[in-house]
Amino acid sequence: MSGLRVLDVGPGVTVQDRGRPGWLAEGLSRGGAADGLALDEGAALLGQGRMLAALEMAGLGGRFEAEGDLRIALTGAPMRAAIEGSPVAWNACHALARGQELTIGAAEAGVYGYLHLGGGIAREPLLGSRSAHLTAGLFGPVAAGDRLPAGADPGGPVGLGLEPRPRFSGGRIRIVPSAQTGLFTAAERTRFAATDFVRDARGNRQGVRLAHEGAPFSAEGGLSILSEVVVPGDIQMTGDGIPYVLLPECQTMGGYPRIGTVVPDDLAQVAQAPAGARLRFDFVDPAEALAELRRTAAGRAADLRRRIRPLVRDPATIPDLLSYQLVSGVTAGHDAAEQEISGGTAK
Amino acid sequence: MGEATATTTGANRTGFPSLRPVGLDGLLVAFGDGLDVRVQRAVLAFRAAAEAAAWPGVEETAPSLTSVLLRFDPLVTDAATLAEAAGALALARDWSAAESLGPRRRWTVPAAFGGSAGPQFDEAAALAGLSPAAARAELAAEPVRVLTIGFAPGLPYMGVLPPRWDIPRQSGLTPLVPEAAIVVAIRQLIIFPRATPTGWRHIGQTGLRLFRPDAEEPFALAPGDEVRFAPVSEAELQRLIADDPDRGGATMVTVS
Repeated sequence: MSGLRVLDVGPGVTVQDRGRPGWLAEGLSRGGAADGLALDEGAALLGQGRMLAALEMAGLGGRFEAEGDLRIALTGAPMRAAIEGSPVAWNACHALARGQELTIGAAEAGVYGYLHLGGGIAREPLLGSRSAHLTAGLFGPVAAGDRLPAGADPGGPVGLGLEPRPRFSGGRIRIVPSAQTGLFTAAERTRFAATDFVRDARGNRQGVRLAHEGAPFSAEGGLSILSEVVVPGDIQMTGDGIPYVLLPECQTMGGYPRIGTVVPDDLAQVAQAPAGARLRFDFVDPAEALAELRRTAAGRAADLRRRIRPLVRDPATIPDLLSYQLVSGVTAGHDAAEQEISGGTAK
Repeated sequence: MGEATATTTGANRTGFPSLRPVGLDGLLVAFGDGLDVRVQRAVLAFRAAAEAAAWPGVEETAPSLTSVLLRFDPLVTDAATLAEAAGALALARDWSAAESLGPRRRWTVPAAFGGSAGPQFDEAAALAGLSPAAARAELAAEPVRVLTIGFAPGLPYMGVLPPRWDIPRQSGLTPLVPEAAIVVAIRQLIIFPRATPTGWRHIGQTGLRLFRPDAEEPFALAPGDEVRFAPVSEAELQRLIADDPDRGGATMVTVS
């Protein structure tokens, strides 16, 4: 079986698919990719199913060696990537030949970058999913020396690029009232919706902490609220009144009051907001949010197709030209570029 | 902490059952807002009936202390549609009067309370108005019931403790309590499946591993299980764990 050998890897790299729905009664949250749209984009680029597992890289990638000829795609938070030292485009799919080395650096925007393999990462599932669920102790982070086996790849395109949906710098997030919103006074809810938040450095796949200026947020009942079900997207106030937006690996139950829930299609935008990014939360009508969720789901496949283009149409992403621009920093004719790269001594 | 002491306090059942949306893909059917064994019985009975009803779009059901979450596919159904069916079923009978929910499992779990095995035991006992010795005796005197499983995989919320144990969470977090530790707050006990930061007070230690993903039955406890704590010394607990790494000497019998 072909696959990738991990030569070196950042501290927050895990295998993720769409997680493990169905275990809430046992206390196990769904988990799965922090940015589900990035999984869709990778699947669309490689022309394969959307349930396959990919490598999720928080903030920093790693170095990988192909154990056989592979197709790969790179989506999510843009990271600097190269094959055998030649830069390759992000939001694109490429061929990675046996023995070639792929390097992926730090995120240049957003948080979670994704590396997809043609055929998906095919390790043996645990409780119905290949996702690492770190807080539950299911699998662990990927480590140097690991092998990531690729599933059977029937083959398909390489050399395609995709225009990503913008979601890597915070912004406005839609929320709907949830079961505990009523524990907050109308004035407190209004203040929440009018507050500028900054994504704190503290955050992981369980949730992200939000910082703001002004008084902490409090609910009726405080520290004695009975524990109740919690779902990803919930915005909970800890004992000291600091909001956290909960992500796929969150607890399934908790006693901290929740002021609202981020709509599913906006949760990736929260997960991908890097430390320091500004976030605002708008209460929206649940019926309208549901209608839009359904429209988006119905149009997702067509939308992904529309955003895919052959890479060669964008000269900026041709590897050699990019190398040249990095070296010289000036624009030059094609011949000059070749001379510059091949010899470095032209003129 | 048996049924007689717990049925009357803390519960206000006016306005229940209630139905509230959870995000865009959940409906919460609540049978009370306080700890109450009658509410818990209603929750478990209604959950079984909701599973059997298999409403279109419902992907899973999960009980909490006072409610049942119906999680659904928002592309198939919505909270309002589901609320009609679920509301009718919730009102169809007095779910708290449900008969036995089948065989009951009774656990005996060796536990070390206080000392380094439970650094906040004396503090918690004082908040409950008891001496450490009286608190230890009270926690061992009657079994508690697994009210629900949640927060983390296999984590049991157990109770209902007598009203004097209605002590709030701490405002800050205890940075890390070890796997299988016992913590207390709001008339409930929790055993942690993994080392965890918590706002609850750390009072004791067991050797019961609650979640073993590779095991045939990954989850040790289930809602409705009875758990009786058998106090042992820290040294005795360590010996039990050495002999029985998965259960630390805990035993279970099924009674019909």
